[in-house]
Amino acid sequence: MIIDAFVLRALGAGLLAALATGPLGCFVVWRRMAYFGDATAHAAILGVALALGFNVSIFAGTLVTAFAMALMVSSLAGRGWAMDTTLGVLAHSALALGLVAASFLQGVRVDLEAFLFGDILTVQVSDLIAMALGTAAVTALMLWRWEALLTATISEDLARSLGLKPEREGMILTLALALVVAVALKVVGALLIGALLVIPPATARVMARTPERMALGAVAVAALSVVLGLMASLWFDTPAGPSIVAAAAGLFVLSLGAGRVVRA
Amino acid sequence: MTAPALVEARGLSVAYGPAAPVLSHVDFTLQPGEIVTIVGPNGSGKSTLLRALLGMVPGTAGSVTRAPGLRVGYVPQKLHLDPNLPLSVARFLRLNRKLTGDEIAHLLSRVGAPGLEERALATLSGGQLQRVMLARALAGNPQLLVLDEPTQGLDQPGTAAFYRLIEDVRRELGCAVLSVSHDLHVVMSASDRVVCLNGHVCCEGTPSVVSNAPEYRALFGLGTGGALALYQHHHDHGADHPDHPHDHETCDHDH
Repeated sequence: MIIDAFVLRALGAGLLAALATGPLGCFVVWRRMAYFGDATAHAAILGVALALGFNVSIFAGTLVTAFAMALMVSSLAGRGWAMDTTLGVLAHSALALGLVAASFLQGVRVDLEAFLFGDILTVQVSDLIAMALGTAAVTALMLWRWEALLTATISEDLARSLGLKPEREGMILTLALALVVAVALKVVGALLIGALLVIPPATARVMARTPERMALGAVAVAALSVVLGLMASLWFDTPAGPSIVAAAAGLFVLSLGAGRVVRA
Repeated sequence: MTAPALVEARGLSVAYGPAAPVLSHVDFTLQPGEIVTIVGPNGSGKSTLLRALLGMVPGTAGSVTRAPGLRVGYVPQKLHLDPNLPLSVARFLRLNRKLTGDEIAHLLSRVGAPGLEERALATLSGGQLQRVMLARALAGNPQLLVLDEPTQGLDQPGTAAFYRLIEDVRRELGCAVLSVSHDLHVVMSASDRVVCLNGHVCCEGTPSVVSNAPEYRALFGLGTGGALALYQHHHDHGADHPDHPHDHETCDHDH
């Protein structure tokens, strides 16, 4: 059986995204940052439009806008509006602004659907290199700051008493989130990155007894979702990004059943 | 008597943003081995003083000096425990700290919570969680144990038992204990010194001096004089306090 090169590239891209999203997704779940992740991911569309408009790399454009968005959310937090109101305003504004900005790009054919829902089957080697670098950076950040991030998540005061700076750890998570958005944009698209951040950790939670196993489990679940989603996409000719997320959702439902058995 | 202080604040003021300062011109000294309790009403800056003394929040005026290399064991007010964070007691004790299984078992039995290693932190009762947090604070063999409202959410017998444990630990380790409480009932008798705080230091001294100080009575009302009954009832047992019947119920523990 011959596997086409584009399938292998797609698989590589998906597995890189799984590796990047798993551990960070755990912090998104533990710190209840799911909407924060969504807002950051939605800003990626604006990043794509700006990158195409100014003719710079889409990866870089996405990374910068997502980081700017995350910084804006952090600085607006606690300024009178409830966090979910702030996030609701920013997430949808960023998405709408991105879509409007993209419409101004004349002469450039922008396949918006590819950026909203991912386009993993057209991943090029150059994309893969950028994604690998991004994933390596996220993984390094997670490994380097793991204990500190975990401590700051459980108690900011405890972290401070150990000489850690919770604000700095929060900034590191923000940076990692922007990197993950840039890595995963091609895989599942801006609208579904949030799903890839939350569903695999939630699935891994059932079996995990330690934070580390939950993170590894999330990577495994995300990787399995990528494989299943890609296979479904090739066999049934369904869109790849949504198929990957649908596979993750299916695994989550299975984990609920398994959890019931484990507890029984 | 004139050993170098563990922590010393001179003219310390702390403000969060442009709002009125939470603390102004606080002088505070903690000697090795001392048990000091900071009491005060809600919003009086008790926790802020604790944090400023530990360098967790910066002061806007004045100075804080800590003994060089001071080992602090800190028990936070509460943990943010998301039920989706799978964290065993043993893993919690190992956060940012290297401990062997034996050391963990020893610490847990020291605080009266043996065998909890593999329990998930989120499933512990309030009293068990306090003990586990205390075990964590003791792991570094601290010279100074700092407790921020440690008995919040414990009932009175639980509170009394927890403070007895703190006294035992202190006798063993000889560490200083600095705690924050509005839980006057129990803490005061265990303390060498009580600092009554309301944005500034209202009064300080031994528990009985403070409880009789007019500043303290103005802040907490006269009725709380009976609060000393729980621990120091041998001092003021003769006094009857019909407005505080609960204190007498818990007296039984110490008889």
